[in-house]
This record gives sequence, structure tokens and C-alpha cells, in this order.
Amino acid sequence: MRHNGSYSASPRIGLLEWLPWAIGVAAFFLMPEYLSLGARILIFILYALSLDLVVGYAGIVTLGHSAFFGLGAYAAGILSARFGVADPALQLLVAMTACALMGLATGAVILRTRGLTLLMLTLAIASILLEVANKATSITGGADGLSGIVVAPILGLFRFDLFGKTAYWLCLAVLFVGWWVTRRLIYSPFGASLVGIRENHVRMVAIGSPVPRRLLTAYTISAVLAGVAGALLTQTNQFVGLNVLSFESSGELLVMLILGGVGRIYGAFIGPVVYMIAQDMLAKQFPEYWSLGIGLLLVIIVLFARDGILGIIDRLVALTRKEAR
Amino acid sequence: MTAVLQTRGLCKRFGALTVADNIDFTLEAGARHALIGPNGAGKTTFVNLLTGRLSPSAGTVVLGGEDVTRLSQQERIRRGLGRTFQINSLFRGLSVVDNVSLAVAERRGVSGRLFRPASQLSEVRDEAMELLRSLGMADDAQVVIANLAYGKQRLVEIAITLAMKPRVLLLDEPAAGVPSLETHRILDVLDALPAEIGILIIEHDMDLVFRFAKRITILVNGATLLEGTPEEIAADPRVREVYLGERHE
Amino acid sequence: MQEFLASLVSVAFHGVAYGMILYVISVGLSVTMGLMGFANLAHGVFAMAGGYILTTSLDHWGLPFPAALAVAFVLVAAGSVVLERLLYARLYAAGELAQVLFTIGLIFMATAIARLIYGTLQQPVHLPEGMKGQFDLLGRDFPAYRVFIILFGAALVAGLWFGVERTRFGAMVRAAVDNRAMAQSIGIDTQKLFMATFALGSGLAGLGGALGAEIIAIQPSYPFEHLVYFLIVVAVGGLGTLRGPFVAALVIGIADTACKYWVPQFGAFLIYVATILLLLWRPAGLFGRTA
Repeated sequence: MRHNGSYSASPRIGLLEWLPWAIGVAAFFLMPEYLSLGARILIFILYALSLDLVVGYAGIVTLGHSAFFGLGAYAAGILSARFGVADPALQLLVAMTACALMGLATGAVILRTRGLTLLMLTLAIASILLEVANKATSITGGADGLSGIVVAPILGLFRFDLFGKTAYWLCLAVLFVGWWVTRRLIYSPFGASLVGIRENHVRMVAIGSPVPRRLLTAYTISAVLAGVAGALLTQTNQFVGLNVLSFESSGELLVMLILGGVGRIYGAFIGPVVYMIAQDMLAKQFPEYWSLGIGLLLVIIVLFARDGILGIIDRLVALTRKEAR
Repeated sequence: MTAVLQTRGLCKRFGALTVADNIDFTLEAGARHALIGPNGAGKTTFVNLLTGRLSPSAGTVVLGGEDVTRLSQQERIRRGLGRTFQINSLFRGLSVVDNVSLAVAERRGVSGRLFRPASQLSEVRDEAMELLRSLGMADDAQVVIANLAYGKQRLVEIAITLAMKPRVLLLDEPAAGVPSLETHRILDVLDALPAEIGILIIEHDMDLVFRFAKRITILVNGATLLEGTPEEIAADPRVREVYLGERHE
Repeated sequence: MQEFLASLVSVAFHGVAYGMILYVISVGLSVTMGLMGFANLAHGVFAMAGGYILTTSLDHWGLPFPAALAVAFVLVAAGSVVLERLLYARLYAAGELAQVLFTIGLIFMATAIARLIYGTLQQPVHLPEGMKGQFDLLGRDFPAYRVFIILFGAALVAGLWFGVERTRFGAMVRAAVDNRAMAQSIGIDTQKLFMATFALGSGLAGLGGALGAEIIAIQPSYPFEHLVYFLIVVAVGGLGTLRGPFVAALVIGIADTACKYWVPQFGAFLIYVATILLLLWRPAGLFGRTA
């Protein structure tokens, strides 16, 4: 179940890989009262997928991925609330462009560093955006958040309804595209070289690979995906809060990804599903115990199950196969 | 004979410490040349100066007739300079054939493609398999490096470098850490390397050096002490002094 | 002009006090990161714990202020040893990602525990009478407690530097930071050394958190909120040094105070930008060794 692009891995989409989409469609019909939660989960899957590309595949440990999620969210929101652009496709496009430029500009300078310096720089960039969003109240709404966002019907046909039906389908469709692109990338020679960089940075340089350019490409693509996720959040909520840019948001996303499993594509699917459903059931009633539990879970995962839920499933499958023999 | 790799007056200083002292060195095309010297003689520094990992304080490095002193590691690699590492530097989570494929793909210039599945580039994998076969490693192609015996990992180290089709090959202690019973396998592989590649080997195992090298340079305190054929080196009293001197004092 | 000079003195004074606190909290992080290569994002947890221990021992246990400071140092140091042996030590060889996630997990837990015990409100600090008033110096009034922080901090810094330069323990730490393999081969028990250094560094963070509870408010989101500043001090100062973070902490303390005083509309924006520029110029920090 490990999806590592390489010159010997078949890129064929396995039967099991269609399961998330079947569930996604079925959930719409079976659980209509949970559509807004469903849309949020889909958004965070896309967001986690974008993180998986940099952390799981390229091996860039970042603490500031919320910068791109937040930038996408604010770009879409500001476009609508301040410039009156209500077209959802245009909002997505502007969010993508903003994040691509931001990813290129910041990636070009910070990806030359490694270790603590890189952690620090990613964190500092996200902190800057948070500070800007917090202080530039006339544009962003500051701590009160950005409201007054209008999203016109998609293609002029599908209105955003109160029950979140349209939003759900939009998120599912966009996630599908995002997944397809990411999967394609991972199985490409480019994806294989990212894994090479993750496994051994020095050796990739030594075999003549343009490592900085590869990392920058991955970082920028990831930034765009995260920005799309952010813009989708704006369109579904028609509100942007400062928390999209916070360090806690980056941290929470890392939790979701490691919970599902890093560097596996579908870890980014399972993690947010488990995390957000549990959060929906528990966090409101027991906020203290919720974050205590999350912290404890994270520590346990790191110490005992670093491959996340998918890794555990892999090991169980391997065990039963051994016993069957 | 033509020189494929040459240094003139190569110096490297770290503050007051001189680790490479005015080294003039020539590697002929198709050479089987060994660089030896006691610990701390500056052998690895010299290799790093050749590959461009370090830049010299003075002097020039000439590769295939072109001055590459100011060029980066990548640009030297592209001009045919390959190296192996003293300590294995492999992609530990990947299989042997994937390790070699990455290098083949870089050399063929196809590794940056974004959308076409990598496995469709069958020529990359075929070339990698062919190379492994020539090194007698075809059976281990699917084994993940982390599960591979150390001696075989040393061979993968060489295979990756060969995949780049170098004109000059720097082998930094290829037998380091390999049990002496297995060094013959390394030697077999070295003997079978294409004759046209100029090879510089840095090695402590004197048996291996004297069996493999046609020419030997001795480095002491960052400077060349002596260069000659294995017979000349073995006969020179200064060599004995360098290697055994400390023990006699 | 007179007014500007007065605000300049005031900014410098408060900035130095803030910088002292930042240094006492962060110096342990610099040394442990340099020594063990461990990306410990949860360092702020120790500072927060120190703050809570201070307020609790003042309000509930009725301890005098100096004793409360000492208790904060000792309890946090002791607690950190338990954590180090049980958890941190297992991850020394693990990758950066594992360390980052693990320490984020610790932050989540610590935040939750703090909220369970103390609620979400910030803890008031009841200073002893002698430290509440103003302190007259050259015809100007300075808050007495900040004067105490600066003096106490300076004494602590002097003691720490002297200890690391002159004692056997300090020599071992320096040797291990320089070259761990070498230190091991000459018979230094690096495991014990790690433990002792970690305890000292965490204890200092606890002490810093307690000392600075009146400046950096003690509340559950402390470890998340101030992490950026602690990391900036370490990254700008450079890993594994005592002096680097000191200079960095003072510069950041003063710069931050100045920014908030003169250009509050920018917030911490300028500090972050300056940090990024500095790290791009010198990735290993001001006093860090370039590899």
C-alpha cells in the first residue's frame, strides 16, 4: 500500500484506490445531515495531501504550511469581500496564483537551508502572514475575521445552498483533481527523484540532480494545492478567521498526516477523516481532554507506530499472510 | 597518453592549517592510479577538491583539458567526473535497481519529467539492470538497501557511480568496512571496469592497492611525497618511514 | 528631544529586562540542540511549568518569592529528567520529523493539563512588597521588579558562563558539542552528560518562565505562542553556544520592545523579517559554526 514513485512501480490505479471516492459519493446520499463536516474533511484531505508531497515525499520538514492554506483562504475571501469578485472559479484561480508566487518566492530562498534553520524560516514566514492578517484590519478584518464573502453559483448553474450540497460536490471534485495530479507527480520521474532527495540529499547532488530546483518545484506545487484547499474553505464557510494561518493549524495538520501515515498518499485521506470525526464527536464536550488525547496519541504514534494507521494495517496484513502460509 | 584529470599547485588552507600543499597531480586516460598515505594526510580533502565539494585556496583543477576550478559539483559531474563515498551514501529505503535507476535517469536527462509515469521509461530500468548484471548483482536487484549485506552495499555504491558513465572515477576507500574475505569480490568488480575510464583509488588495504594499481602516489601532510610504479613505491625507504616511522620512535 | 531620550532609555531598559528573560529561557534550548541535535519544540512547556509553579507556590504554598523561584527551577529540572529518560532519549537517533511531531505532542498535552488545572485565564503574579514599587536611578523611576530581573539575570549569566568555562562539567559539555565521537572515546559518559545538560537547560527555562511570569503572561497557550521567539533566539544566536543566544536575546528583546513602542501597527512583523534576512545571510546564526 506504500505509494513510492520509482522506475519499477506500476502506476496503474488499484481497485482499493477507488474506495475513497466510492465512500465520498456514498456519504453524500447516506449522511445528508453531515455534509458540512464532510466538506471540511474533504478540504483537509487536500490540505494534508499537499503537505504529504513536501514532508512525506520530498522530505522537507515545514512548520509553516498554514502560510499557503491561509493565503489561499484570504486571497479568495479578499477578492470577494473587497473587490466584489464572486465567481468561484476566478477565486480559486487567484488563490492558486497567489500561492504559486508565494511558494516560488519563499521556496527559492529558504530551501537552500536545512534542519533548524529551515524549520525556523518556515515558521517565521507563516508568522509574518499571520501578523499581516492580524494588523491589516481594513483588508483582512483582523481578529474579527473576514466576512461579507459572496460566492456566485458555480458555472452560473449550481448555487451554494444552506445544506452544503453544492459545496460538498465542489470539494469532492476539486479533491479528485488534486489527488489525480499529485498521484501522477509521485509516479513520474520527478516523483522518483523527490524520494531520492528524501532518502539521501547528498547523494542526489552527487549524481548530478538539480536538487534545489526539484525541491522548489515540489514546494510550489504543494503551495498551490494548499492554497486551493484554503480557498475552498473560504467558499464553503463564506468567512475567513485568523486561525487558518496559525501555528496550531500547521501543527494540527501534521498530526492528521502522521496519524494516517506519511509518504503514502492515502495517509492524507485517512488521517483527516479519523481526526475530524473524532474531533466533531469529542472536542466540543471535552476540549481539555481532546487536546490531551491528541498530544498523547501523537507521542504514542511517534514512539511506536511511526507509519501511522496505514502502516499498522500494512503490518497486520503482512502478519496474517505469514500465518496463512 | 593524455591526462583526463590534472591539478596544478593545488592548495587548501583552513586558517593556519594547510591540508593540501601545492599538489601537482596527473591522472592519465584509462589509468589505474592509487592515492595512499597515513591517516590525516589529506586524501579525502584532495578528493573533495577534485569533485568541487571544497574550493581550493590556490591552484587549478583541469578535467579533460578544461579548467573546472570554478565549476560546481554538478557541472563537474556532467563533464564526466564520478566518485564513490568512503562511507556508503545510498538511498537506504529503495531497492538496488531503483538506486541505480535514479542515477541512470539523471544522466539521460529524463529525471525532471513531471507527468509521464517513470515506469514507462523502460530504457532507464533496462540499463540499470544491465549494469547490475555486469557487476554480478542481478539477483539482488529487488532487495532494499537496508536489508543488503554491507559488502554488497559497497558494490551498489560503485554501480550508482558507473551509471553516470564517468570518464574519471574516484573511488574513496571502496573496500572500507568490508570483511577481508569479501574484498576479492570488490577487486573482481574493479578489474572488470571499462578500460577507458581513468580510475583514482584511495585505499588503506595495501594488498588491494598493489594488486590493482599501475601507479601510486603517496600523500603526506597534504603534499605529494612520491609517485611511481608499485615496484618503485615498494622499494623506496621513505615509504617505510612514513608508514612505520611512528612505531619505531 | 528630552522626551525622545526618555522613551529611548525606557525602551532600552524594558528591552534588556525582556531580553534577559528570553535568554534564561532559551539558552538551554541552544545548548541541548547543539549538543544532542534534538529539535525540541516543547522547550516553552518547561518555561510555562516554571511560571505555574511560581504562582502556585506563592499563592497556595505560601512560599517566599526567592524560595518559589528555586522551587520552579528544581521541580522543572527534575521533571525534565524523567521526560528525557522515558521519552526524549528514545528519539535521539530518530529523524527531525519524528522529533518535531513528538514535541508538538508534548505541547498539546501540556496545554491541556495546564487548562485542566488552572483554567484558561492568565495567572496573576503576586510580587513581594519590596519589588512592587519604583526604583529611583539618576532622577528617573524604573519598576523595581524589572531592575531585579536585570540584575538577577546578569548574575545568572555570569555564573553560567563561569561554570561552563571553568568547571569540569562545562569542559565536558564543550568537548561533546565540538565532537561527540571524540568525547565518547576519551571516556565521557555522554548519556549522563545529555541528561545533566537537559536538566540544567530545562531548569533554567523553568526559572526563566517563573522570573518572567510578570512580562510573558502565564496561560495555557504559552508554549505555542512564544515558541517562535525562543526559536528565533536560538537560530539567530547559533546552536551550541552560550554567547550567541545572549546577544540575540538582548537584541530581540530591545528590538521587540522598540517596535511595539514606536510602530505598534507592525507588531512583530519587523522582527520576523529581520530574522529571515539574517538567517539567509548566515544560516548557522550569528555565532554558530558554519559546517
